[in-house]
Amino acid sequence: MKVSIEINGRTVTGEVEDRTLLVHFVRERAGLTATNVGCDTTSCGACTVLLDGESVKSCTVLAAQADGHAVTTLEGLRGDDGGLHPLQRAFREEHGLQCGFCTPGMIMASVSLLAHNPRPTRQQVRDGLEGNLCRCTGYHNIVNAVMNASGQEVQR
Amino acid sequence: MIPAAFTYRRVSSVDEALAVVAEHGDDAKLLAGGQSLLPLMKLRFAVPEVVVDIAPLDELRYVRAEGGEIAIGALTRHHDLHHDPVLAEHAPVLARVAGSVGDQQIRHRGTIGGSLVHADPAADLPAAILALDGVLVARGPDGERRIRAAEFFQGPFETPLAAEELLTEVRVPVQDGAGWGFEKFTRRALDWAIAGVVVAGGAVALINMGGTPLRAPATEAALASGASAAEAAALAAEGTSPADEAHATAEYRQHLARVLTERALVAAGR
Ligand SMILES: Cc1cc2nc3c(=O)[nH]c(=O)nc-3n(C[C@H](O)[C@H](O)[C@H](O)COP(=O)(O)OP(=O)(O)OC[C@H]3O[C@@H](n4cnc5c(N)ncnc54)[C@H](O)[C@@H]3O)c2cc1C
Ligand code: FES
Ligand code: FES
Repeated sequence: MKVSIEINGRTVTGEVEDRTLLVHFVRERAGLTATNVGCDTTSCGACTVLLDGESVKSCTVLAAQADGHAVTTLEGLRGDDGGLHPLQRAFREEHGLQCGFCTPGMIMASVSLLAHNPRPTRQQVRDGLEGNLCRCTGYHNIVNAVMNASGQEVQR
Repeated sequence: MIPAAFTYRRVSSVDEALAVVAEHGDDAKLLAGGQSLLPLMKLRFAVPEVVVDIAPLDELRYVRAEGGEIAIGALTRHHDLHHDPVLAEHAPVLARVAGSVGDQQIRHRGTIGGSLVHADPAADLPAAILALDGVLVARGPDGERRIRAAEFFQGPFETPLAAEELLTEVRVPVQDGAGWGFEKFTRRALDWAIAGVVVAGGAVALINMGGTPLRAPATEAALASGASAAEAAALAAEGTSPADEAHATAEYRQHLARVLTERALVAAGR
């Protein structure tokens, strides 16, 4: 079938198999490779993107389901000044990544988390990111990054 | 992992969905949020020939207080239930339980109807609807029928719904003033319950303590005759036969059911 998805403000159209997953459309058709496939079982969150503004696991959405909808990936984030988004900046400042594999998903999930709760507690950050696994950082600096991006105190 | 090939059909009305499933019967599967169906299809545990996408049916996405009841459209997402003001006022237990399904990403897609029809004994919302004595409204080729939650959950992943039927609505009585509690024990974040319990007024329903969500009749009877939370909770595991497997033995699950029930009853003010 033919699908047409607005990705980061640009309409990407392509002929795909009905069973094509959104994550594959984003990576292979749109050529946007920040969105990763980790577990492929809806568990790790590496494939998180925003669909109509809400975080979803793009390994568990059909490209067909996103036809006519808007997707935002890590590549679509910007700060107000056109530079890094506050979460991107905060992940860098707080050393919230090591290998970086989980980071795009962590950041997209955090965007959604902060949209619903602009000043979360540390526990709310942990709860909000329960669907995102990181094998490197131990999560502490990730929580700090989200606290930093929301203008709150971090724990050294 | 990629599902086996199928034909995708997006529908724009309940009638159109019913027409497509009437044509294809068991070869078709309704797709709501896809958070249970797509993982199963990727593992090839489900291999439908036709996938009927009902997610666009916004007319099935609502929460309304109607007299003494709350009507919830089958396609209402867990995230929306979790933040719904009507539920916060009239059935806070349901908002709380919806907030514990999977993670935020899953809650942005998954729907109450999908969770109930999937009928996983380890799922949270089926137990909540059972505790609330909910009624499930289904539409099929012969019109509409209402099924009580107690008759809806028949076995693991087993309900009386036919392939040609669509769940449209769930109805629960308003819970104004009734105490409530919810406890869920998981092995990891975002996980299904090893065991769990939903308390709504004098009703107690257990998660993952058998092939379906179960009421705890001995506990409910003890509560009705004035027993304390501890006395009533001690009876919670009576008559249950939970799974006995690597993550938890049956005996451990029964122990959890008693402990969690006491906590939920205390939270409910018993
Ligand atoms: C990693 C992970 C963790 C999870 N953790 C939990 C958890 O902690 N607790 C929990 O309860 N669940 C959990 N789930 C399960 C899942 O979130 C729910 O079962 C899910 O939200 C189902 O809703 P859906 O709309 O996505 O249904 P779908 O996957 O679209 O459909 C599920 C089934 O219901 C049928 N169906 C859907 N809608 C209708 C309808 N209106 N009428 C008739 N049939 C219909 C479909 O044909 C299919 O058979 C988890 C899932 C994952 C992947
Ligand atoms: S790749 Fe989608 S959740 Fe892990
Ligand atoms: S930084 Fe390596 S997986 Fe998270």
